[in-house]
Amino acid sequence: MVRFLVTRLAGMVGVLFLVVLFTYAIFFALSPDPAVQICGKNCTPELIDQIRTNLGLDRPFYEQFLGFLSGLFVGTTYGTGANAIDCAAPCLGYSFQTGQPVLEMFEQRFGVSATLAVGAAVLWLLMGVSGGMIAAIKKGTWFDRAATGAALGGVSIPNYVLALVLQYVLVVRLGWLPFPQAVPFAADPGQWFLNFVMPWLVLAFTYASMYQRLTRANVLDTLDENFVRTARAKGLAPRLVWRRHALRPALTPVVTLFGMDFAGLLGGAIIIETVFGLNGIGKMASDSITKNDQPVIMGVTLVAAFLVIVGNVIVDIVYTTIDPRVRIGARA
Amino acid sequence: MTISMTTLEAETGGAPSVGVAPPAPRQGVWHHLLRHRGAVLALSYIALVALLAVAAPLVVKLSGWGPYEFDQTAIDPNLGGLPIGPLGGISAEHWFGVEPGTGRDLFARIVYGARTSMLIALAATTLTTLLGVLFGLLAGYHGGKVDQVVSRVMDFLMAFPALIFMIAILSALPASNRAPLLVLVISVFGWPYLARVVRGQTMTITQREFVEAARASGASGWRIVLLEILPNLRSTIIVMTTLAVPGYIGTEAGLSFLGVGVVPPTPSWGQMIAQSMSWYAVDPMYFLIPGTFLFLLVLSFTVLGDRLKDVVDAGERR
Repeated sequence: MVRFLVTRLAGMVGVLFLVVLFTYAIFFALSPDPAVQICGKNCTPELIDQIRTNLGLDRPFYEQFLGFLSGLFVGTTYGTGANAIDCAAPCLGYSFQTGQPVLEMFEQRFGVSATLAVGAAVLWLLMGVSGGMIAAIKKGTWFDRAATGAALGGVSIPNYVLALVLQYVLVVRLGWLPFPQAVPFAADPGQWFLNFVMPWLVLAFTYASMYQRLTRANVLDTLDENFVRTARAKGLAPRLVWRRHALRPALTPVVTLFGMDFAGLLGGAIIIETVFGLNGIGKMASDSITKNDQPVIMGVTLVAAFLVIVGNVIVDIVYTTIDPRVRIGARA
Repeated sequence: MTISMTTLEAETGGAPSVGVAPPAPRQGVWHHLLRHRGAVLALSYIALVALLAVAAPLVVKLSGWGPYEFDQTAIDPNLGGLPIGPLGGISAEHWFGVEPGTGRDLFARIVYGARTSMLIALAATTLTTLLGVLFGLLAGYHGGKVDQVVSRVMDFLMAFPALIFMIAILSALPASNRAPLLVLVISVFGWPYLARVVRGQTMTITQREFVEAARASGASGWRIVLLEILPNLRSTIIVMTTLAVPGYIGTEAGLSFLGVGVVPPTPSWGQMIAQSMSWYAVDPMYFLIPGTFLFLLVLSFTVLGDRLKDVVDAGERR
């Protein structure tokens, strides 16, 4: 177990390093000169040169990259003398657009994205897993048909289309819900719920559909297994067959998927937050893309990669505890 | 869940018409597909979109308006450029109405958008499948060091926050010629999912007697891979590829929606939906039409993939 953890963690650090390297290299090679961007309208060649020196843009690639890396771990200082700006670790740099530290931008927007992610995750687990289980148990009934049909539609409809449809019907036409705004829970729990419920639903729907399909297929597969037949043959009550034998192996893949999907939720948040105009990390990412704000894009990519990779490792660890076959060492 | 055997052997046992010689699991699959109403509908819709895409210039000639022509008479300048007439200006002149603000014909843009979507999805599918099969076979057949390297690369790519990274790369790249870049980016992150399965099956098949027999009779590595192993992977590859297509269509549309995909004025469904966002409250048809086309296309490929998988799985069980 210890050895397993160590190799996983080492692999994780390696992947993160490569992600940072690739992203950095791509931006280094491809994007237009940020000094010109920062400089703005009243720009002189001297000013551009000074900005370049301050940001270290005149140095070769590997030095800049090492500077960025060390900024992440021990902090860094931009410029010299009176103009020097300290950036404490973990330093993600400053936005080219607003001059705000990227880390601070993350902190301000974290709440909105976290609310969105957690709320949606709760919804999709509830809808997807229970919907899939019930559909499998009642295979062939009207419930199964309805749930499976809805799930088929759910995996096929792009979430931004669903978002526009819901917003048009529920907000513009019927007026049941407000245009979503990031109302803090502490300010007004009722409004908080009403504002977030539509974004939650939209974000959750695709995932719920995927989970419904996966759960249903897995439960049905498990019911074909010999150990379930044995359990039935020895006269175990159907309810116990379900609980003890059928559901657990069927749900293990769902756990894997959930860890990875939840960690990768930042990708979905980009679209949802952009459509609904919620000012979270996803919106920040899409804004920074249209404005070509490199440090922010770098920061988002890095954080997203970090989340995905940590999610993977957690899934691996959880897996060893819930699936005895992995524990014994059947791992390929 | 995994598809571990092949229809080839399985079907020779059950289907009466099939002899020992090469013919026919394919025909069996078609036969089963055509008996399923959902699959037939899905196939018809895909065929329709493909036809629209291929014949776009002709279709547009028939409908009368090109995708880049502005029809100022179809929009009302006093209402900020809203289409004149109900349902977004649907009329005999403009079959799906017009784009608010510009007056471009929506039908023509849908038809040309189908071109973009289908072309990118097709190219991405082809490239992904090639890469996936090639690396899967390489890793699975050779094992050892080759396998180690390929597997590590696959792990790395699959642990990558692909969507965000795609957005980041595409936003940094120049805006001209986005289509090939989209294909490349989607394929680079897409192939490991197929390769992983191909690798696993290749490993199993390599252990089988007929491969050993081929090797003993002096067949070269390439010959064994191409003639003995690859044919056995056919159903897996077809199923996995079909199930992956909706993902590529969705990704292209999503990236175009976020403004890092196909650049205007070239139409793409995702991009049309993105542009409709500022009009959705006053002109819902503008997002409903491309939204419906996109939804149905993804749905069709999903239904088709599901059905193919069922047929192949059922063939296996027999």
